[in-house]
This record gives sequence, structure tokens and C-alpha cells, in this order.
Amino acid sequence: MTCDAAGTVAAIRAVAATVAEHKVELTHLDRDIGDGDHGENLARGFSAVLTKLDALDADAAPATPGAVLKIVATTLISTVGGAAGPLFGTAFLRASTSLGTAETVDAAALVTALTAARDGVVARGKAESGDKTMVDALTPAVTAAKAAAEGGGDVAAVLTAAADAATAGAAATIPLQARKGRASYLGERSIGHPDPGATSTGYLLQALASAASA
Amino acid sequence: MSVGLVLVSHSRELAQGLADVAGQMAPSVTIAPAGGLEDGTIGTSFDLITAAIAKADSGDGAVLLYDLGSGYLTAETAVEFLESEQAERVVIVDAPFVLGAVSASIAAHVGGDLRAVIAAALESRNANGPGGVRALDD
Repeated sequence: MTCDAAGTVAAIRAVAATVAEHKVELTHLDRDIGDGDHGENLARGFSAVLTKLDALDADAAPATPGAVLKIVATTLISTVGGAAGPLFGTAFLRASTSLGTAETVDAAALVTALTAARDGVVARGKAESGDKTMVDALTPAVTAAKAAAEGGGDVAAVLTAAADAATAGAAATIPLQARKGRASYLGERSIGHPDPGATSTGYLLQALASAASA
Repeated sequence: MSVGLVLVSHSRELAQGLADVAGQMAPSVTIAPAGGLEDGTIGTSFDLITAAIAKADSGDGAVLLYDLGSGYLTAETAVEFLESEQAERVVIVDAPFVLGAVSASIAAHVGGDLRAVIAAALESRNANGPGGVRALDD
């Protein structure tokens, strides 16, 4: 995959496919410790993203990776409907802003964008590590991405490292008690279940990593 | 012109119902409900909130109240997309949804400015209901 606008669109299409594939699972996780709509919400959001991307003809196609992510951000914000809308939307928006007008993304720019995305989620939702949220997937992802880039990894290597760390981070939310979001109302009953937002973050990054490695 | 209110809820009916109740004591105030998703199902909508802000703020500002935390997130996102001049006079207040809406509406109706309406919403956090608490073991 080339790390330009077209490659970014392809990666987002991979994310949308993954979200659709895991929609039922994510909804079940959210039914266990939430209001049961996370899978549906994300699927609706990314379906709307695909519709928006498909509707742009060649003249209006986004010219840069940042422009692609901005479309994803604003579409998610307008269509997702739950906490995931403002949170994932802000993540994509901060990443988009971070990438600026660059026509391609390299490993360093990717790390900066992932960090900006994580910082945006923290600023928006005010979660800390250990609160049992998507931050528990994103923060390990950022740490792993930085290490991979510093070790000379390319975009695919950085995304793969981030994705694996996010997946592990999501699994690590299982024993935690939720301190944010709907799950926090359940208290100790939230223990023993993975956080849906952390899980979907892992899937999202895995899809990006696969697309980058293709 | 007065300060307006936006009621952010996961439910269209909840927002509209509260707007109706609060409006009874504040007939001059624009109380804009922003409840549910655009298709009427449960959730909070960035677009509905944005439209409600446009209705509620006639230049004197608007106070936004919300039912649950994710409503706050969507509302905050909507405020961040406003022009900075307007954003400065659109304030989300962490207050009880119903009591806050009623108190804030009254404050706006009697001519309170933005600060007064915010204060009224915050003050509702101290409001005591009439019933008190009866322990089951009594």
C-alpha cells in the first residue's frame, strides 16, 4: 500500500469491512457492560464513511491522507450517535490535523498522528489508563508505534506494532473495573468483560496494519 | 432576546418532554430540545445539537444541559465546531438534567444574562426534593 490519499482510502475501506465483520461481537460486548449499541453504532458510522467516499467523484477526491481522515472524522461525528462518535471522531480529526497537507505519510508522521489521536481521545473523554476504555488500547499502541519507528520500522511495521499492542491492551481491560462510561454504572459487574471501545480500537488498528502490509 | 437553552438527551421524547415542562414557567425562552438520533432512535446527534444551538442562541448565548456523559461528549464536540465568537457564549453546564433545565429556564425568563442562567443551573445541584429518603429498614 502506498501511504498517499488513495492508500489511505484503501485502508479505511479495510477498517469499514472489519467493523462490519465484528459488528455483532462488538454489540454483544457492549450488551454485557454497556447499552448494547457499540457494534451497530460503529458499523453505521463506517458505512456512512464508505458512502461518502464513494460519492466523491474524481474531481472531489481527497488529495492527501489528512483530507481522507478528516472525511472519516466528520462523518463518524455526525453518524455514530454514542460516545464512540465524539471519541473516534476526535481521534481521526486530530490525526488528520497532525498530517496536515502532506501527500504521503512516513513512519514518523504516523507516530505523531497516532499520538495526536490518543491525546484527542484523552482530552475529549478525560479517561486515564486503567479506567477500562479505548485509552487502554490506544496508549499501548502509541508506545509500541514509537518504539517501532525508532527501531527503523516503516509504516507497515509501525501499524503492526501498534495494532498488536492495542489488541493486547484490549484483552488487558478484562479484569479492570470501569471508571468511565456506561460500564462505570455497573461497578464490579464490569469486571471480567473486555471493554468494547478498546476491542474495536484493536480491530481498527489491525485492519490498518493489514492494509499497510498488503 | 434572552439566553436560550439546549436540552441534549439520548431520547427525543425525553428532551421534548423536558422542554415542555421547563417551558411552562419560561414561555419567553427558546428551549431547544436535541434528543435522540435523527431517525428518532436512542443516541445523541451532533447535527441535532448543532441545529439546536443555532435556534437557542440569538446572540445572548445559550446554556446546554445533558442527560448522560456521552451527551456531554457530543455537545462538547458540537461547541468546538462553532465559530470562536459564538463558542464563547455557548456553555455546557454539568447540572441535574430536569432540575437544572427548570431553574435555568426561569432565570433566563426573568431576564438573567448568561452568567445568571449558568449559576441557576449549577445551583440546582443543591436542590432538595420534597420527599427526603426513607430507609427500608425503618
